[in-house]
Amino acid sequence: MRVVIAEDGLIVREGIAGMLRRFGHEVVAAVGDAEALIAAVRAEKPDVVVTDVRMPPAFSDEGLQAAIALRKADPSLPVLVLSQYVEQTYASELLDSGPSKSVGYLLKDRIGEVEQFVDAMQRVAAGGTVIDEEVVRQLLGRRRDPLKRLTPREREVLALMAEGRSNTAIARTLVVTEAAVAKHIGSMLAKLDLPPDVDDHRRVRAVLAYLRS
Amino acid sequence: MSARNALEALTMRPTRFLRSSWPWRSLAYLAGGTLMGITTIIGGLALLGAGSVLSVVVVGLACYIAALLSGVAVGRLERVRMRLIDFDSLPPPHRPPPRPGLRAWLRFRLREQATWRELSYTMASAMVLCWMDAAVVTVSLFVPSTFLFAPIYLAGERSPLFTVPLTLLAPLALIIAAYPVTAWAGARAAMARAILAPRSDDVDAKLVEVTRSRARLVDAVEVERRRIERDLHDGAQQRLVALSMHLGLTRLEVPPGSAAAESLATAQGLVKDALAELRELIRGVHPKVLTDRGLAAAIGNVAGHAPVPVDLQVELDRRLPTHIEVAAYFVVVESLANVAKHSAASRASITASFRDEWLMLDIRDDGRGGADPSRGSGLVGLADRVAAVAGSVSLSSPPGGPTLVHVEIPCAS
Repeated sequence: MRVVIAEDGLIVREGIAGMLRRFGHEVVAAVGDAEALIAAVRAEKPDVVVTDVRMPPAFSDEGLQAAIALRKADPSLPVLVLSQYVEQTYASELLDSGPSKSVGYLLKDRIGEVEQFVDAMQRVAAGGTVIDEEVVRQLLGRRRDPLKRLTPREREVLALMAEGRSNTAIARTLVVTEAAVAKHIGSMLAKLDLPPDVDDHRRVRAVLAYLRS
Repeated sequence: MSARNALEALTMRPTRFLRSSWPWRSLAYLAGGTLMGITTIIGGLALLGAGSVLSVVVVGLACYIAALLSGVAVGRLERVRMRLIDFDSLPPPHRPPPRPGLRAWLRFRLREQATWRELSYTMASAMVLCWMDAAVVTVSLFVPSTFLFAPIYLAGERSPLFTVPLTLLAPLALIIAAYPVTAWAGARAAMARAILAPRSDDVDAKLVEVTRSRARLVDAVEVERRRIERDLHDGAQQRLVALSMHLGLTRLEVPPGSAAAESLATAQGLVKDALAELRELIRGVHPKVLTDRGLAAAIGNVAGHAPVPVDLQVELDRRLPTHIEVAAYFVVVESLANVAKHSAASRASITASFRDEWLMLDIRDDGRGGADPSRGSGLVGLADRVAAVAGSVSLSSPPGGPTLVHVEIPCAS
């Protein structure tokens, strides 16, 4: 997979590049600011973009703005945004910038969980939606009924669903059977008045749309 | 309770009053008033006379200006003199001139309202008050002396049998005189105080200056906080992320289940905790989203981090000056922290809106109430911070709840 990385911190940038190469991906460009990111995407047409939110010159949210601009220009471009802080405002802006597919928003710390991180990037590249569990937690905290009716286990499943995980992956993470996961999801979607959908990504989008409404 | 000024002294028990120094100090005050008045008349006439004689040259103008400013000197003397019979000292109504130098001083003083009040006091004192002082002093001393010296000046006309007992009336007259002397001194000091005391117009400018300097301090602190946030973000945080990543990569090399793998997992867990703590620390120092997206977004985020569910009704359609946003933001953070720590609330709500160019912010919870800002809840510091942007914080927290923190900050652009 051909990847463009944008991250202003040299050690982290080189670290991500090395890690992705190790997993057999090709890092076609590793840049340190938003302008270079947009130029690199134009030149290289990568399969996926991994970018930090905060970059020079103003060290504000240039990376996020660049990601949004890239997605507006090409809605099918998979973009994974890394943030030092999980701010659901940023996540919402990113999700609102195009169809909620091929997009991800993760806390930068998740890079440490190397395999999960690479997996998340691959899922974004494959058209999936990956939202950090922390964002989901924040969104859950703000909503009142009917989320209150969800059981703790259902909330866990919801958070994992928002990360774009399949039933199998959720079952593995929670150490339960896949049938149990399906049951939780069914009752949860019913409580939230969402259509039970077979498609993982549409399911994620439905949940996110619900949370952010 | 002991008297603090001449008028209060009049209400003392007569035995105490007459033995006190009040009547004598009042007498001294009035005698001084007479002297001051007469000196003022002489000085004023001299200045005006010199002014008209010298009006052809510039010095004449200086004399006129000096006459106009005589009130400043008289006012100062009066404030000192007044301490004789009034223990509450009278602060000067003047502000320090903005620049050093005589010209700046003159220009500044002539523009001050207090200067003209002092001039009017000086004229009143010279034309009316000092003569009344003189009259009161004279009468109160003349009557007792008349009795005291009766045997001498009536020596040839009346028999000593009549004149000598008259002298016994002198102390009585003196005792009676103590009252009008003290009363007039008290009334005169009250008048002087009314005219010479600083007015709100004089002081407001000072308050504005104090507020401005506090606001400057808050701004400086804010700039410093941002620098710290930036340094932590670019330094420690980056390195910890890189460290965590390398630990993760190393874990892939180590056979699962080995002692090294466990140790690496522990190390990575520690790094993760360190990152989480650092993130919270940075958020506390300076929230990035506040600078980037403004108060509404920042409130949304801080509500998302709160341990209790928070209902939001934030209607802020525009950005505010940074110092206002920061002050309001930290009130929200501190209030929600208090909700989590002390209130045992199950829900909280935040409403924010503009009303007539005021930012109105309410943070409520359904907890047990009884919050006391004096017991170090951090709200006092926040009230200071909000006061520095000319706003106010009020707290209502009856025992049993609910608790409401209400913030108002003027934000007219």
